[in-house]
Amino acid sequence: MALPLIVFSGFLLALIAAVIAHVARRATGWLLALLPLGIFAYLVRLIPAIADGQTVVTEIVWVPSLKVNLTFNLDGLALLMALLVSGIGALILIYTSGYMRDDPGIGRLDAYLLFFMASMLGLVLSDNLFTLFIFWELTSISSYLLIGFKYRYQTSRDAALQALLVTAGGGLAMLAGFVLLSASADSATISTIINDNLFSSSSSMYGAVLILILLGAFAKSAQFPFHFWLPNAMEAPTPVSAYLHSATMVKAGIYLLARFTPILGGTTAWTTIVVSIGGLTMLLGAYLAWQKRDLKRILAYATISVLGTIVLLLGIGTELAVEAAMVFLLAHALYKGALFMVAGSVDKAAGTRNIDGLGGLLAKMPVTFVAALVAGLSMAGLPPLLGFIAKELEYDALLHEAGAYPVLVIVALVAANALVGVAAGLVVIKPFFGRKPMLKRDPHESPLSMWLGPLLLAALGLLFGLMPALVDDTLIVPATVAVTGATELEHLALWHGLTVPMGLSVLTIGLAVVVYLLRNRLQVMTKRTTSGRFGPAHFYEWSLDWMLRSADKLTLFLQNGNLRVYLNVIIGTAVLLVGSVFLFYTLPDMTLNTDINDVSVIAAGLSGMIIVAAISATLFRSRLAAIAVLGVIGYSIAILFLLFGAPDLAMTQFSVETLTVVVIVLVIWKLPYFENLTKRGDRIKDVVIAVAAGLLMTLFVLVITATPLTSQITPDIVADSYLIAKGRNVVNVILVDFRGVDTFGEITVLSVAGIGVFVLSRLRSEKRRRPDDDG
Amino acid sequence: MPSLILKTAARYLLPLLLLFSVFVLLRGHNEPGGGFTGGLVAASAFALYGIAYGVDRARQVIRISNRDLIGIGLLLAAISTLLPLFFRDAFMEGEWLAYPLPAIGKVGTPFLFDLGVYLVVVGVVLTIVFTLAEEQETVEM
Repeated sequence: MALPLIVFSGFLLALIAAVIAHVARRATGWLLALLPLGIFAYLVRLIPAIADGQTVVTEIVWVPSLKVNLTFNLDGLALLMALLVSGIGALILIYTSGYMRDDPGIGRLDAYLLFFMASMLGLVLSDNLFTLFIFWELTSISSYLLIGFKYRYQTSRDAALQALLVTAGGGLAMLAGFVLLSASADSATISTIINDNLFSSSSSMYGAVLILILLGAFAKSAQFPFHFWLPNAMEAPTPVSAYLHSATMVKAGIYLLARFTPILGGTTAWTTIVVSIGGLTMLLGAYLAWQKRDLKRILAYATISVLGTIVLLLGIGTELAVEAAMVFLLAHALYKGALFMVAGSVDKAAGTRNIDGLGGLLAKMPVTFVAALVAGLSMAGLPPLLGFIAKELEYDALLHEAGAYPVLVIVALVAANALVGVAAGLVVIKPFFGRKPMLKRDPHESPLSMWLGPLLLAALGLLFGLMPALVDDTLIVPATVAVTGATELEHLALWHGLTVPMGLSVLTIGLAVVVYLLRNRLQVMTKRTTSGRFGPAHFYEWSLDWMLRSADKLTLFLQNGNLRVYLNVIIGTAVLLVGSVFLFYTLPDMTLNTDINDVSVIAAGLSGMIIVAAISATLFRSRLAAIAVLGVIGYSIAILFLLFGAPDLAMTQFSVETLTVVVIVLVIWKLPYFENLTKRGDRIKDVVIAVAAGLLMTLFVLVITATPLTSQITPDIVADSYLIAKGRNVVNVILVDFRGVDTFGEITVLSVAGIGVFVLSRLRSEKRRRPDDDG
Repeated sequence: MPSLILKTAARYLLPLLLLFSVFVLLRGHNEPGGGFTGGLVAASAFALYGIAYGVDRARQVIRISNRDLIGIGLLLAAISTLLPLFFRDAFMEGEWLAYPLPAIGKVGTPFLFDLGVYLVVVGVVLTIVFTLAEEQETVEM
């Protein structure tokens, strides 16, 4: 039961986070961090058991009829991710309390962060395809809320929408892949599919499943051509960038690739696609990173490059490559989380994130600098940090591959690592050394809450670098085993002797130093290549724009504002569709009961009233009178319902009728006075349509009454209604219980419609109030 | 300017209709009625009051904004679908208190769901009616 608690406690705390922030004020972050900290501690205690090859499994039945169950499974891979999510989550919450100090929005930000953390934990712990998808999309939604946190700015809203459309769109492709996978494997439990070999690459569905799931993973992990959303997501407050867009959420795609390696991996298609996309992303991100001026953008492009590298390693898929991917994943989460928080601290202290406007902060912010330096060294891949071990392992994994492509990949990897090293140099050196420029503020060291996180993460990178045995058998090996099923793995070590990987490392660092020193001259050469007007980001904008304009056109075509046309179309369609059925349908024997004694006086009176009212409604020249008469028809029909034993229907009809009249009366005020503007021909057409509709309904009723009622379900439902659902009113039991999902959908649609009416009307009156403003 | 008769009638009808709407909601499980009908009745009551006294006065009487009503209603309905999970039952399965409460009757998650429907219907109908009515008031000015 502990695993569901881990996931859902975060959602619950998110609900009350704003209240806690209101009471606890500056202590909020520290207080809220207790939950992720507790989760972290719980997971740490499980490390020995997981490393021993055990897994923790909990299943809660949710919608068994659709194979959707809350199945949680903690194995080595999930443990590594969950530790990162909870551990960094705690530090981020603490950091946020300093970063957002005195900002009234802190409760909202903390609530979103917890919401994200819970979703992410659910994502990595899910063993069911569909719950994994749900948590996956929940992370997209929380990311949307977090990027758009400063929702008053257009840029924030656009960036949030862009990230949502790209990642949630990829998620939909992934869902399609999951549906195909679960249908052909006849199971939605990932571990069952893996252990029982329920899906193989020889399946006819393999190609479709592979492409669809890869689309989801690539969109989430910002792989080419979906990479463009990540730099724009830097609109989010910096703690968010540190948490979601470097350490955790963007790793969800990588997690997915790793998780599905046993099911989908190892084929030529897998290797070809994943290696080439990963490699391309790696080069692209590295190429763009060192040319940016904004600290956060430099880090974002470097993140894209690293994500590409990890994807590439998973594409190669050998035990050594996967192990390298896992080490790199851990190393990157530690140093990039730290560097983002440093960027946020520098921004807060100096008032800018542009590296050209920064310098000489070393004396003012010594603690922050230490964190930046240590994390930056890990990013550049220098010994004795974990980033160095990761890089050595990457080269080692590729050198073990035979054939021509490893050489190509190694060249690309050296280039990318060198350029990421340049980016690391920019982030560490530019803000802290050099001449002190004129700053808007007088910079000072950040408070404890803001240097604790970066310093701790950076220190862990150093500690694990010096003593790799701390994470080797405990985290990296179990995670790798979960992906590859391997048994013998190489142990991590800082010093392997004078080997080829060592030589490549030296080459990488040398290259990085050269590019760093020549960066200004190189920049002139590269400038022209990076200002292109084409590329995926432009395609995104163009297609969004095109879609909105097409929707406009379609709406204008379908909804031209003329009620008469709407009515003609709706009734005409109904008459044609339903009427055409009668052409192919042998009419039953219809005998009208003409015995006058069977008709009650009340029913006869009501029917007469309905007929008179209907005729007079067409003759009145006043709209109000016509509506009142329509109300009379409605009420009469309701009474008829009552007479024939349908009190539910009657009650609803009464209320609806009343409200309809009220709404129509309110709307009528806006219409011009009643005038006959239609031509004679139009009116004849109206008559034809009206008569056709009336005839059709008459025919319909006659057919229905002539057909004997054969209802097979009703007796069951009536019996179940009282015995199972404890209600005697079958209609209501069906609405709220047996068909509750439908009702839930309906009230949701109803709510959207209500809000839509409100917004449309408000937009119009805003325009009227400001006639000179056309927006 | 609405008539004195309408104003007086609206004032006395509002509590009566509201009471009736709650009655309709509560009896819905066993007798004709339910959240949808009850919500419509309550909405009509407030709409009547709004027509008689103006939308602003009606809003003051309701206190909770219509959009909040929609939100609370949807939330209640959603919660009622998730509660069974805590009893290790399937999504949307009905959970009931062992003994009926006085006046309210049997209380269970379907009732909570129905209450959500009631609030959503009230919120949506009033949003539409009040929005239209306010437009009309601005036109008249």
